[in-house]
This record gives sequence, structure tokens and C-alpha cells, in this order.
Amino acid sequence: MWRDKTIVGLTIAAVVVVVVSFFLPSWLLNQALFGFARALAVLGLMVLWRTGLVSFGHALYFGGGAYAAALLSRYYEVTDFFVLLLAGMIATTFVGFVLGFIIRRYRDIFFAMLSLAFSMILYGVLVKTEVLGSTDGFAVSSPTFLFYAPEPGDEAKQALFVALVIAGWIAAVLVQMYLNSTLGRLTTAIRDNEIRVEYLGFSAEHAIHVKYVMSAALAGAGGAFMAMSLGQVDPDSMVNWTASGELVFVTILSGPGSVAAPFIGSLLFELLRTYAVEFLPHSWQIIVGATLLIVIFFLPGGVWSLLGRLRRAEG
Amino acid sequence: MAPILEVQNLQKTFGAVVAAKDINVDVEPGEIVGILGANGAGKTTFVNMVTGYLKPSAGTIKFQGRDITGLAPRKVTMTGIGRSFQVSQVFMTLSVFENLLTALAIAQSPGTSMLRPLRRPELIAECEATLARYGIADQRDQPASQLSQGARKLLDIAMAMVSKPKILLLDEPTSGISVEEKFPLMDRVMEALKAANVTVLFIEHDMEIIERYVSRVLAFYQGEVICDAPPAEALADAKVQEFVIGTEVHRETHGGTVDA
Repeated sequence: MWRDKTIVGLTIAAVVVVVVSFFLPSWLLNQALFGFARALAVLGLMVLWRTGLVSFGHALYFGGGAYAAALLSRYYEVTDFFVLLLAGMIATTFVGFVLGFIIRRYRDIFFAMLSLAFSMILYGVLVKTEVLGSTDGFAVSSPTFLFYAPEPGDEAKQALFVALVIAGWIAAVLVQMYLNSTLGRLTTAIRDNEIRVEYLGFSAEHAIHVKYVMSAALAGAGGAFMAMSLGQVDPDSMVNWTASGELVFVTILSGPGSVAAPFIGSLLFELLRTYAVEFLPHSWQIIVGATLLIVIFFLPGGVWSLLGRLRRAEG
Repeated sequence: MAPILEVQNLQKTFGAVVAAKDINVDVEPGEIVGILGANGAGKTTFVNMVTGYLKPSAGTIKFQGRDITGLAPRKVTMTGIGRSFQVSQVFMTLSVFENLLTALAIAQSPGTSMLRPLRRPELIAECEATLARYGIADQRDQPASQLSQGARKLLDIAMAMVSKPKILLLDEPTSGISVEEKFPLMDRVMEALKAANVTVLFIEHDMEIIERYVSRVLAFYQGEVICDAPPAEALADAKVQEFVIGTEVHRETHGGTVDA
């Protein structure tokens, strides 16, 4: 594992980020929390994208993970971080596994729109169901960590961020190991030629199912983190199609080049949105949209590809 | 010796069109069978049915005594039948080495071992040996999209062979290959296939290739096998002369296209 330069780099970066986080102002720590929570979902979307698949409905799992954690907190008064995170992941892994049997048969626009349709069903259920908080959603208690119960506020956010970095590191390392495995390497092979994969004796649908469930679990973890970070869940910001769109936006912004890219891209997205709202409070979407256009035209490999360009320029 | 492949009363219809009609063929282990026929004669339909790409409308296909009729391509491959394609089916954005390594890893990684690292020393060594055997070691690091037609065909066949099939079906291995390239390519392929002791069925339009490499000819016309004989006998057959070779001569003279 330690022979992989990416894993070594991730480890060093995680340690640096944790140390730096103790010196960040509260607002920036918030941005990092939201960004890294979203990055977990984007990591899963990146795996799908490498296979040539784009999901326009991953808010189903992002919001699903958030609501699973939030419901456990609200109705069973569970505050333990590990239990809430596991609840988010288990719920979305199960849903992803079941829906995967249907969705693995579809490709291209059908895959994208079917994902969207499933997410909008959850959105419809949430906004119409009073016990699930309806359109307002509901609050989530500040998390505790086994025997450590930080003070709600900055202390809780700091603890949650450290936990998020550790979870992000574990997720990124596991995804990196997966991508280096035979099954993981099939991502590009399936995108290139499914017929050949079948005639080599492996089911492309099975491989896509595995990737889909993985992406659902990662999005569920991200959603659970987002619920704990915000202290609130609501259908519009977490399950609606715009939330899925944001995840796709960040995936494109990040690029598929590395498992580290979603973390950088997600953080950039949070900062971009914050400054865009600051400059154009009523039409900040113009800045965000223009940025997406610039990325598509000039950085089709996402911000991660900048590193490659810099290396080539130097060498 | 029991046939390795038994095809009985095989039929395929697409609506009112009969693409394959009552095909009966037994193939013995070690045979090299050439499949001849004009466009739309049913050659590729036959190969597609044997390899699971198309489900037959009627009839049975047995491989080593086991009924494989209608099995999916993946399952047919796992039973020990490999195939290559008229338009080479390789992973275009991957290098030649990565193409072959992926194929080898799938062939040697049943079940959960698919989670083992792809770049394992034993796989890499076997991959290098296979590249040398098929004469594509020089293009090792080139993306498959940049290969010549001939090299891409060799890669396609090498990928089909890594699972060590008992039967290999080749769909026009020399189509799109220059006259100068075709014999060296076929020599290389046949040498590798003979060394692997694999039974071969291949679709071919080139009579020189048929005469030089096959031990038996199946000639197709309008979905039926009209001749099943050794090459010299088959090429002299009146029906083959009229319905197959005549068409080939006509096509070579007037520049037609080949079927898919």
C-alpha cells in the first residue's frame, strides 16, 4: 500500500490539513467541512465517470445518508458520530444495491435520467411527509464521539472536521486501491468497449453494479457528514435535483485524474460559491455557471489536470 | 473422437428474414475450419449464435457435450469458447500492454480475486511473453487507437486467447489488411493457435488464405451450409463455384463491401 505515491501523498496531505485546520477561522472551517463532506459523494461520482457514466440523481444518496443520520438523531436521540455515519452509509448502500439491479442495465442519458427520477421520488416523499420534516426539514443534534462530547459550536466543528479528514483519507485510500485492482481497472475498459469485457468472461453490468453501490455508500457518508456539519437537513438543499447538479458540477470541476481531486474541487466550489454570493448576492449563479464553462472549455480534465500541465511546463 | 462442437438444426430468423436455416455441423478437436460465403450468407450469424451474441430461434449448440444454446457471451467465454471480431474489439484508449494485462487479469481472477492488484509480477511477465508471441511487443506502449489494422487484429486475437479457450472463432482475421501483410499475420496467428492446441473456426473471403490454412471448409449460402468438405474438394464444388466463389470474383472485380 505504501508503495503507491498517491496514498503517501494523501496521508501527508491529511496530516497537514488536520494541523492547519486548528488555525483556520471559523467560517473557513465551515467551508472545509461542507466541501469535504460533498467530496465523499464526488469521489463516488468520479468512479462512475471514469466508467463513462454520469448520475444526475446522486442527491438520492447524499440526501438519503443525511436523512438516515438525522432521523436516527431526531427519533432515537442518537448523537454518536460513528453510529450516525454508519446509519447513513448502510441505508444508502442498501438502496444503491437494490436500485443497482435496475440501473446497471442502462447507459448514457438513460442512466443519468433514471438516477434523477429515483432521486426525485425521494424528494417528493420528503416534501409531502410531515414526520420526515416536510419542506422545512429538521434540526440534527451536535455529534458526540464515543466518550468525547465536544461543546456545540467551534469545538464540535473542529472535532467533526478531524473525523471527516480521517474518513476522507480512508475513503480515498480504499478507492485508490480499488482503482488499482482488476475490477477497478475495468472502469476504462467498460467505457471503451463493453462487448470485449463480456467476451473476456466478465459481466460489465456486475462491474457497474459494484461501482454504483460504492458511489451510493460514499454519497451516504458524505450526506451524513453534511447533516452533522449543518445541524440541519432539508429536502431542497440535499435531495432536490439542484443538489445532484452541484455534485456533477464539482465532479467536472475536480476532474477524474486522482482520488485527491474531489477534495480540492469541492473546497474550491464552496469558496467559489461563497465569494460569488458575496459579489452578486441575487445572481451569484452567473459566476458559478461561467466558471463551469471555463472549466469545460479550457480545463476538460478539471483542476487536477492543472498539476499535470504544470509538471509538463517545468519538465 | 467425440466432437468438441455439435450444432444441430440451428435456425435464426429476424422477422420474415431467415438468416440461418437448419445448420448441422460437428467440429472435431484440433480442426481448422474455414467458413465461406457471400454477404448475407449467414456466416457471422452462425458465429454470433455459437458465441452467445445472438440467441438462436431454434436448434441446439453443444460444446464438449454441454448444451450452451442461448447462453450469454460471458458464460460462453467461460465454458472455453473465444472469439475475435471483424472490427477489432479492443480498449481503444488503453495501451497494447494494458489491453492484454486487463484481459489476462480477468482470465486469471475468478470471483473476489478481481480485487487483487492488476499489476502483479506474474501477470506482467505473462503479458510480455504474449506480446512477443503475437509480434506486437514493439507497440507495447502505444494506445490501441493508434495501431495499424494488422496489429489491432493481432491484439484482438491475443486478448481472445489469454483465457486459453478450447475453440476460437475468428471473424475475417484478414479483412482490412494489405496483401503484403495478410500472410505474415496469418502465419503468426496460426503458429500461436497451433501451439495452444486450439480448434479454430474462421470466416474468410480470401481463397488463398482458405487453401493455405484450413483443413475443412463450410460454405454458406442463404443461411444454409451448402458444402462441408476439405478445401480442395469444396473449392471445386459446383455450388460453391456458383454461389460463393463466383460472388467473390464478382466482388473483387467490382469492389463490393464485406458483411458484418
